[in-house]
Formats: sequence, C-alpha cells, structure tokens
Amino acid sequence: MSIVPPAPAPSQTASTANGPIDDGLLARLFELGVDRRSFLKYCGVLTATLALPPSFAPRVAAAVAAADKPSMVYLAFQDCTGNAESMLRARNPDIASVILDLMSVDYQETVMAAAGEQSKQARDAAVGKGGHILVVEGSVPLGGDGYCTIGGESAQQILKKASKGAAAIINVGTCSAFGGLPAAHPNPTKAVAVGDVVSGVPIVNLPGCPMNVDNLTATIAHYLTFKALPARDSQQRPLFAYGDRIHDNCPRRGHFDAGQFAMAWGDEGHREGYCLYRLGCKGPSTFHNCPILKWNGGTQWPIGAGHGCVGCSEAGFWDTMTPFYDRLPHIEGFGVDSTAEKLGLTVVGATAVGFGLHGVGKTLQNKLGRNSDEQSTVDVTDGSTDLGSAGFGSSPAGRDNPDGKAGPA
Amino acid sequence: MSPRIVVDPITRIEGHLRIEAQVDGGMVQDAWSSTTMWRGLEQILIGRDPRDAWYFAQRICGVCTTVHALASIRAVEDALDITPPLNARLLRDLIGVSQYVHDHVVHFYHLHALDWVDVVSALKADPQQAAVVAQSLSDYPRNTAKQMTAVQQRLQAFVQGGRLGPFANGYWGHPAYKLSPEVNLLAVSHYLDALDFQRDYVKIHALLGGKNPHPQTYVVGGMAIPIDPNSQYAINDNTLQQVRGLLQSGLNFVNQAYIPDLVAIGKSYPEWTAIGGGLNSYMTFGDFGGAQPKRGQTDTAGILPSGIVRNGDLSKVEPVDPMKITEDVARGWYSYREGDGTPLRPYDGETTANYTGPNPPYDFLDVDKKYTWLKAARYDGIPVEVGPLARMMVGYAAGDARIKPLVDGALQTLGVGPAALHSTLGRTLARGLETKLLADQSLGLLDQLVANIAGGDLAVHAGVKWEPKSWPAKARGVGFHEAPRGALSHWIVIEDQKIKGYQAVVPSTWNASPRDAKGQPGAYEAALVGTPIADPKQPLEILRTVHSFDPCMACAAHVIDADGTPIVEVRVQ
Repeated sequence: MSIVPPAPAPSQTASTANGPIDDGLLARLFELGVDRRSFLKYCGVLTATLALPPSFAPRVAAAVAAADKPSMVYLAFQDCTGNAESMLRARNPDIASVILDLMSVDYQETVMAAAGEQSKQARDAAVGKGGHILVVEGSVPLGGDGYCTIGGESAQQILKKASKGAAAIINVGTCSAFGGLPAAHPNPTKAVAVGDVVSGVPIVNLPGCPMNVDNLTATIAHYLTFKALPARDSQQRPLFAYGDRIHDNCPRRGHFDAGQFAMAWGDEGHREGYCLYRLGCKGPSTFHNCPILKWNGGTQWPIGAGHGCVGCSEAGFWDTMTPFYDRLPHIEGFGVDSTAEKLGLTVVGATAVGFGLHGVGKTLQNKLGRNSDEQSTVDVTDGSTDLGSAGFGSSPAGRDNPDGKAGPA
Repeated sequence: MSPRIVVDPITRIEGHLRIEAQVDGGMVQDAWSSTTMWRGLEQILIGRDPRDAWYFAQRICGVCTTVHALASIRAVEDALDITPPLNARLLRDLIGVSQYVHDHVVHFYHLHALDWVDVVSALKADPQQAAVVAQSLSDYPRNTAKQMTAVQQRLQAFVQGGRLGPFANGYWGHPAYKLSPEVNLLAVSHYLDALDFQRDYVKIHALLGGKNPHPQTYVVGGMAIPIDPNSQYAINDNTLQQVRGLLQSGLNFVNQAYIPDLVAIGKSYPEWTAIGGGLNSYMTFGDFGGAQPKRGQTDTAGILPSGIVRNGDLSKVEPVDPMKITEDVARGWYSYREGDGTPLRPYDGETTANYTGPNPPYDFLDVDKKYTWLKAARYDGIPVEVGPLARMMVGYAAGDARIKPLVDGALQTLGVGPAALHSTLGRTLARGLETKLLADQSLGLLDQLVANIAGGDLAVHAGVKWEPKSWPAKARGVGFHEAPRGALSHWIVIEDQKIKGYQAVVPSTWNASPRDAKGQPGAYEAALVGTPIADPKQPLEILRTVHSFDPCMACAAHVIDADGTPIVEVRVQ
C-alpha cells in the first residue's frame, strides 16, 4: 500500500542526513517569523520524540521546512473536541505554526472561519485533490445514522467520502483509534473505531485521552522527513510513542521496587512521591511515552502530579481499567530491607499473573454489575487488545510494521 | 415564504450544531436549533463505581475540560455528605477560575472574533497607523509598528501561497463587516498572540492537575495532588510561584488585549446592542471562593452570584430552587414512558433514545416534529438563558459590589443603558467583563491557598468515606458548578455502592434547547428571531448571535438516565 505522498516538493536540502540548511530555507523560515536557532531546537525535540539519533535533527529540519503544504482535513464525529484542544497546546507555537503553515489545514470545524455550505465546499475541494492527510477525532456510530450527522450527512458517509484518495489517516485520541468512551459498555450507539469503517488507507493511531500533541507533530515530521509513516505495532500505534510501558520509565519506579507506596491521598508517602500503585495506578499495564514527553510543553504529567495513570491510551480501558482506584493485586511481604534484585523478581512474577487476572476479572465484574439484557458486549479484546499485553513483563502488542518499512528509512 | 436557510455545521464551536432559519424580508422570522450527535454516556455510567464518574463525565467535553469533572465530584460528595478540605476547595477554584480565563480568551479570539474581524481587509491596512490605533487603545507591549508589519507580511505570504487553510471560504468582504483595515490588522495580530497566550496560561492546569486538556487530579473527597512545602513531589513554593506568574500573565493579557479589543469592537457595532436578546430571563448557580454550600443547594456566597432574573426585570432577584428544574422531550429524539411532554425532574429523568429524524443525507429537518438530540430544560416551567450574560445580569440586579461597578463602567464607555445588555453584543461584552473579574480574583484565591498552607494545613483529601463500604445503601446528590458557559448541575443516584442513575443538566442544554411541550423556544431560537440577514447565502449574522452564546454541543447532548433502562431504539423514517 502506498504511503508516498503525492508529488512531494523536491528539495535540495532534504537529501542529506547531516547536510547544512541552505540560505533558501533560512529565508523561508524568517519569512514565517521563525529564527534558525529555535527552529533547530524544536527539530531536536521532534527527533528525540521520534527516538531518532541526534544526527537526524538537521534532516528533520530540512524536510519540515521544505514541505509543500500537504493538505490536512480534520474530521470530528462522536467526540469531545479534547484532541482539537490538545492540538492548540503544541509546544513552541512559533514552530508549531510552521507545521500549520506548512500543512494546509483545509477543514477543521473548531477553528475554521467558514461555516455551513462554505465549510463543506472547503472540505470537498481538499478531498477532491487527493493526497490529503485525514485526521479524525471521535468514534463512528454504526447503531443508526442519526446518532451523528454533520451538514445532513452521517459520520459514516462523510468518513468514507473523505478517506478516498487520502495519503494516510491519523486517528487522534482513543475514540477514533479504538472506539473509546462511546464504545464503552454497553456501547449504546454501537460506536466503532475509524479503522473498522475504512480500509485501503494506511492508519496511524495516536490514542490517549486526549492524544498528546507532541506525538502528532512528531508523526507529521516523520512523514515529511522520510516520506513514510512511522513504524507501528499491531494496533497501528507508532513505536516511538507507544513502545514502552509507563511503569518502566516512571520516575517513581524506584519506590515501587523498594516497596514504598502512597496509601492515601495526601499522606506522607504521597507527599514524598512514592509509588501510586496502591491508589490504583495502571502504569504497569499501559504503553505510552507520557513520562518522557509529559504534557503542556513538558510541564507535568498525571503521575507526576499525584494521580495514578488510568491507562487512557489502551484500547478498551474504560472497561478493562475500571474501577480506576482499585489497586492492581496486592503484593505482600517486601519492605525496605529486601534487595532490589530480589524484589524485582518477586514483583514481576507475582504481578504478571495478577495484572492478567485483573483485566479479565474487572471485565467480568463490569459485565455482571450492569444491566446486560441486550446484545452488546464488552469488547475488551477489540480484535487486537490482547490481555497478555496488560501482563507484567510482556512486550507491547506486537512490533510488526504493517507497511513493511523500518521507521528511519 | 422562502425555503429555510440551513447552517450546518456551525463551525468555531464545540461539537455538532445545526441551525435552520426562516428568513423573510431580510430578517430571521423563526429559527430551530438542532444538536446532531449523541453518545449515550448516561447508559455507559450505570453500574460503575461513583468515584470513577468524574473521569467519565469529564469526557462530556474537552473544551470545558474541567467543569463536568467538578460537578460530578460535587454530586457524589453531596450524596455521601463529604466536605472536602479547604485546600482542595481552593485548588478546584483556581483550576475553575483559570478555565474561565483560558476558555473566554480562546472564545473571543479564535471562535468569535472572525464574526467581527475581516482577515482579508487587514492586508490593506497601514501597519504604522495600525500601531498608532493599537497604542491609543492600550499599553499592550506588542502593539508596535514592527509587530503589525510582521503580521501583515505573514498574512500576505499566506494569501500569496494560495492555500488559506482555516481562513478559506470565510465571509470576507461581507457588508456587515465594519472595522477599519487597521483595526482588523491589530485584531489578527492579537488573534495570533492569543494562541501563544492560551498555550502558556493553561500550564496552570498541568501544574495543579497533571495535564490539559482533561486535568487528572480530582478525587471524591478532595484532590489527588499533594501539598508539601518541603517536597519536590508536591505543590511547593516553586509551584505556587509559577502559578502566580501565570495568573498574573492572564490578568495582564485580559487588561491589555482582550478588554481593549472588546471595547473597540463594541464601539464599532452599536447596532448589535439591539439584536439578539431573546428570552431576557436568566439563571445562575454561583460559584468560587465561598464556604461549602448547604447540601442540595447552590453556592450563594461565591464570587459569581446565584439567582434568577425573570423577563428582564432587574428590580428583583429570586433565589434558585433546584427542585424547579425539569426537562421534557416533546421535540427531542427521546421518549418518556408517561408521555414525551411530561416535565421530569432530573432525579426522575429518563433517557430512551428515539431517533425519528430524516435518513441521512438529508436537506431539512422536520422541525414541526422532533428535531434535536436535546431535551428542553426549563426552570419553573419557563426557558431561561444561562452563561456570562446571566451572571452579569443577576449580579447587576442584586447590586453585587464587584459586578455592578464593572458593568456600569462598561455601559458608560459604550454610552448605552442596561437594556442594551439584552443582546448579542451584551452577551459578548458580559463574557469579557467576567473574565476581568475572575482574572482579578484569581490572585486572591491563590493568596488564600498560600495563607492556609503557611498556617500548617497540608490536607487535600477527606478520606473518611473513601471506602465504598462506609457508604449508605442508598444515596442521592446534586453537584452544582457555575461553568464558563453557564449553570451546570449533575445529579447522581447511588445504590449498593454503584451508580443507579446519573443526569447532567448542562449550560448548552438550557441555551440550545428546542421548543418544549408548550411550544416555548429555547435561548438560541429566541435570540435569532429578528436578526437581519444581508445575504441568505452568507448568513454571517446568524453566526454572530449563535457564537455569542459560545455553544458546546457535546456537553448539551448527553442527557442521562436516572432509571438505568438501557433501551435504545433507532427508527429511521
């Protein structure tokens, strides 16, 4: 399947990995109101987010600056606009606006000036040219066309039309990626992910509630730099953002290994930054680069601010990770006297079983605890959400790359 | 009679809104407001742990990203008779107040300004002159000729590139645009600055709540963020200093950019003080900085007032009686067992989806029947407007010591009387005024928090009733929050430690309401009647009035089933 964008702008600067940036590019950056230093710094951040070697920064910079305004069409269906809001929070806005200036945001209901007929014309014109990047927020209801209409057309009708000829679909947030909240039990509108409705177009899923905008800009930068989408797992999540478990990169991990836990909100352990696992943290079952990127320009992240992870980037988390404050299974018998090595082994062994059971058990509880006299079920597996990935010590959900290409080409 | 004009999607709002309007003689004669998306959150909540409800409810909306979390937490605390510690209440207020400043700035510049500002006209401006005009309005440091020139050049490059992106297909050149090219240029300059401002300012939510959108820090009984001046893992002096700096930056931006720009627009469009009034009855629940309200009651001691004003009568303010709130579904795509026109209180509410609209793709809704995913919320049987205008009206009528002088000052500046507030421009003006009020008060709230911590109080959570086994077998409660878009209430019924029923009556449910069983229109519908339309193909004037309410449709369309009957019927005509 083709992921080469149509007619990318040839650039004398994009071809070398370490080459200098030419004057033409600099002039263009100045034109856009950006100075070279801050631009390169930003590309360094993108490069780090993408987990590329630092030597790639100039190549990212060259590609981002040379791009020929590929068109972005941003659709919203059963959504809360949280992902559009997240997009407005892109760090270093001078540079983020370069991305915006270089992407032509041709349809985005939250910010666009046009309304009604005029907005639909803008959308149809962009889609008609083809080669656009389709960004989608929100799930798609299959239970009835009346559950979501825009301009008199149903979500399904719009999505099918707008994905025709698209170079790629980027699903922002857990709802478009996996069905998300509307698809939580009992899924009253039979909501599904975008990938369940569209085929034949490569998909990148950026789940999270909402998605972290730094992962969106990095995905776009990767696409512009390598003319290919980043390598992804079996759930189409880029490995650069969803390859590692939160627990493994958590600054509180040392406290977990040492058996030091916050036991109540505001207690001494909580104030001292102890592990939040006893207060329900789902970091051990969640794959996301939250601890590395953090939020709002690297200001803070939920665990850093004292609340456990709820696993918001995992498919089906509304059913598999709830109740949010139920601790993952209690591990007895270790304290500060034990060695880290011994503890590590004990904890991994015991919790691997525990976390796996947790997912299954909670799903059953959620099913039994509610009226379930209708056909809909808790779709925890969603085709690809293997409960094994919720187990401790297992690898993320598959590292196969559907495009058969390595990320940095 | 000419065919109805349809504006769908209404853009620059949250969510999916459709307006159909009957236009004759260059004026809107009648209008219908339709919400075209439904998720069924109500049914999703049934049977879950009430302590999780806030996290689900927060996803009602990612724009009002704090408000449903707070109302939900308060509903559970009301049901279980929990009083959170003072620190937690102040932290919630700080997050809530900064949400107002953030949300209103974004609304003014990014959602509403393009209704008044012609971006293309800015290309014709003299940047030197634009700077002179800007400097005559305020001492905002970026009102320089250099800045105006740079913005104009950037805009020029954008237009020459031939791909206007989000500015494409706007109603540029429409006769209803009246600002000079220079004022348009300065507004575009501040539009771009406001993008930067909002991105930085909202770091308050990251510092106090881990992230934004959707801060992750609320817990039933208090907050999940610890306070300890001697720890780097808790709110400490460093955190408080950063928050103070950001709050101050908000106050500066509001005083130096938002308010002067608002006044400039207000002076240029005086006719809009006579258009777009509508219901003239207002309701506000009150909030921020007061003592813990009595169980089941609104906050009558906060910075924002609580009360009802009927029919524009500013001589008296009624107290809010929450038991007078009802909803019917005569014109919404739901059915009630006792009849769709029966007004039900939120605790007794039902939600059985019943789509009877046209099969998409369609051109028109059948507005004589059901036409929206909203219920008709009513107070004591009448429709009321909620939001900034309601708060300023109730505060003004009550003689509030902060609000009355603020409103009087603005009226004097614009040279109009209080009746001018019942209008599209009045609504937009009220939003700016309360942003100033809350940006001012935010620093006082922070001072209170600092003083309380300095006194040795580190508590952030009342944990006595954290464990569900400590709860009664049955409980019910209501959580009120005066949200940026208006009066918000969440209603919860808890049985056997699980959610038995949950209902949210949301600001945009009040304002975007359809007709009720008696045929009374909702606030948008009433406000649109009488709006002049210069060109039915470019209904810019409809956008002005609808945007003045700051619609939030994902919020509005998710009425919640207190009864837990998960029946969904979809009938397509």
